[in-house]
Amino acid sequence: MSTATATSVKLTAEQESENARINAENERLRKQARTKHTISLTLSYIALVLVTFLMVFPLIIVVIVSFTPNAVTQTWPPKVIPSAWTLDNYTSLFSRLPIGRELLNTIVFAGAVTIISVFFDSLAAYGLSRVDFKGRGILLAVLIATMMIPGMALLIPVYKLLGSMGLVNSYLGIIIPRMADVGGIFLLRQFFISIPKDLDNAARIDGAGEFRIFAQIILPNAVPAILTVGMFNFMGNWNDLLWPLIMTSKPETRTITAGLAMLTGHGSSVTPYGVVMAGALISALPLLIVFFFVQKRFVEGIAMTGMK
Amino acid sequence: MTTATSQSEAHEVAKENKKAIQARNLRTGILFTAPALIVLAIFVFYPAIQTFITSLTDGRINSNARRPAKFIGFKNYVTLFQSADFWTDVKNTLVYAVLYAPIVVIVALAFALLLNRKDLKFVGFFRTCMFLPFVISLTVAAIAWQFILSPSLGLIPYWVSLLGGPSHLDLLGTRETSMATIVFITVWKNFGYFMVIFLAGLQGISAELYEAASLDGASAWQKFRYITLPALRPTFNYVVIFGLIGSFQVFDQVFILTSGGPARSTETIVYRIYTEAFGNGKLGYASALSYVLLIMTLIVGLIQLYTNNKHEKEEIA
Repeated sequence: MSTATATSVKLTAEQESENARINAENERLRKQARTKHTISLTLSYIALVLVTFLMVFPLIIVVIVSFTPNAVTQTWPPKVIPSAWTLDNYTSLFSRLPIGRELLNTIVFAGAVTIISVFFDSLAAYGLSRVDFKGRGILLAVLIATMMIPGMALLIPVYKLLGSMGLVNSYLGIIIPRMADVGGIFLLRQFFISIPKDLDNAARIDGAGEFRIFAQIILPNAVPAILTVGMFNFMGNWNDLLWPLIMTSKPETRTITAGLAMLTGHGSSVTPYGVVMAGALISALPLLIVFFFVQKRFVEGIAMTGMK
Repeated sequence: MTTATSQSEAHEVAKENKKAIQARNLRTGILFTAPALIVLAIFVFYPAIQTFITSLTDGRINSNARRPAKFIGFKNYVTLFQSADFWTDVKNTLVYAVLYAPIVVIVALAFALLLNRKDLKFVGFFRTCMFLPFVISLTVAAIAWQFILSPSLGLIPYWVSLLGGPSHLDLLGTRETSMATIVFITVWKNFGYFMVIFLAGLQGISAELYEAASLDGASAWQKFRYITLPALRPTFNYVVIFGLIGSFQVFDQVFILTSGGPARSTETIVYRIYTEAFGNGKLGYASALSYVLLIMTLIVGLIQLYTNNKHEKEEIA
């Protein structure tokens, strides 16, 4: 009896030491995993901080140089934080370019294009997603092919066409050809397809016409997609260089991005960096402000574009 | 007898109804698509045909005598294919695309994976910062980098010289590095956009899949290879096609940063079209170049569509 107890006690002792060993091993593994996790998390943070710095650094330099006297900018070695500050670049910029006018032109151009093309694109997207008409498939295929035509290939004939209409150097001339875009039509179509059909069928039974279904059912349900297409349109036209550069040769209709390009190498190579940076900042600021307001929904909308 | 007639009558009525519905649908379809289609017809389809016709002529602008363009058949294309500069432009465009598209996709995916970590803080802040360059214009981005890389004023050449590298390093003005630098700047500007798309794709993958794989003892690489990548397939297709088609259109960066130089090392097809048409006034020649680019883009687009379909079929099978 006592021997049995002794054996069992001995066994338990053995088991205990075994358990302790397993526990220690587990603890060691857990620690190892925790260390590994800490290391990988730290490395992730380091990579993210470095890249974030790389992303914003050029933009910070634009801001700094725009407030630096040109004599200071042109000294070697360069410094991140300059030894003196000035507003001269901005006064010089305003005397070189009609900035106010160019900003107004850009707002009119990008704004009008955005509003009209989002409307036309969503109408077309409705037709291509909700109405089952003959020839729809062919139409879709033609539109997909259109997306692959390089814009540059169309520039010369469009320029001639506008010239024959007397629309070169006018607001209408830069706005009208942009009133529809295939990318926007597709994105909206993709989104409209995902809206349940029951909604419009119910309205149809109640006697609603197609345009009322479009305006009162589809559009309110597609706000994120419309916002995204609108923001893309606004950004694309605000930032566009070649189109306004070629279609407008006078400051009365030139946009700010085209005006900015005039300051760099092409046109006048003598523009000091400070002035160019001031122009760059003023041209980007309105768009950045708009972006911060719609940021969350815009990013969500873009996320949607990659999914089918 | 009467029932048969009424049946066929009912059939007729149904047919009529179907026809009426079809006619109404066609009318509605045309009405809704008309505004966009009219704009596209005038400013895309018609100019596309016009460009092709011009490419078969010796049309010029700024010629003193306003003589009409003469039809010369495919002579522009022949001249084009025989010119060494044209093949340099094609090579440069392909080099740019082959460098840019994979790099932007890999960088975007890498940072999407990083930002997808559940234990990470400040995700929104990092995401916004990485997305920021996508919002500004290529013009502003190019101006900023031009200054930072300037061999006589820039911080980067200065830092390189401090680290024992060559002094007054001129990355944009050296033939061997100019194109790679333009690729780098464009990746810097655009990867945030693709990253956001990947991030959404990643968040759509069920966590249970990863848990099950962990229980089966799958390694991190195996999970990535057999769960993450297949789930991201549609996202990949979208990103690659837009990355490639976009990279054939590269212009703004070249225009601001290098004007195609040094020694044509960054001269892409679109930049050449611009200089031929708006610099030299050779409209016929520039139009022929446009069509070569159009066909290159179509080929890439079709290959992409074909491989997508093949993959989809394989997945179904």
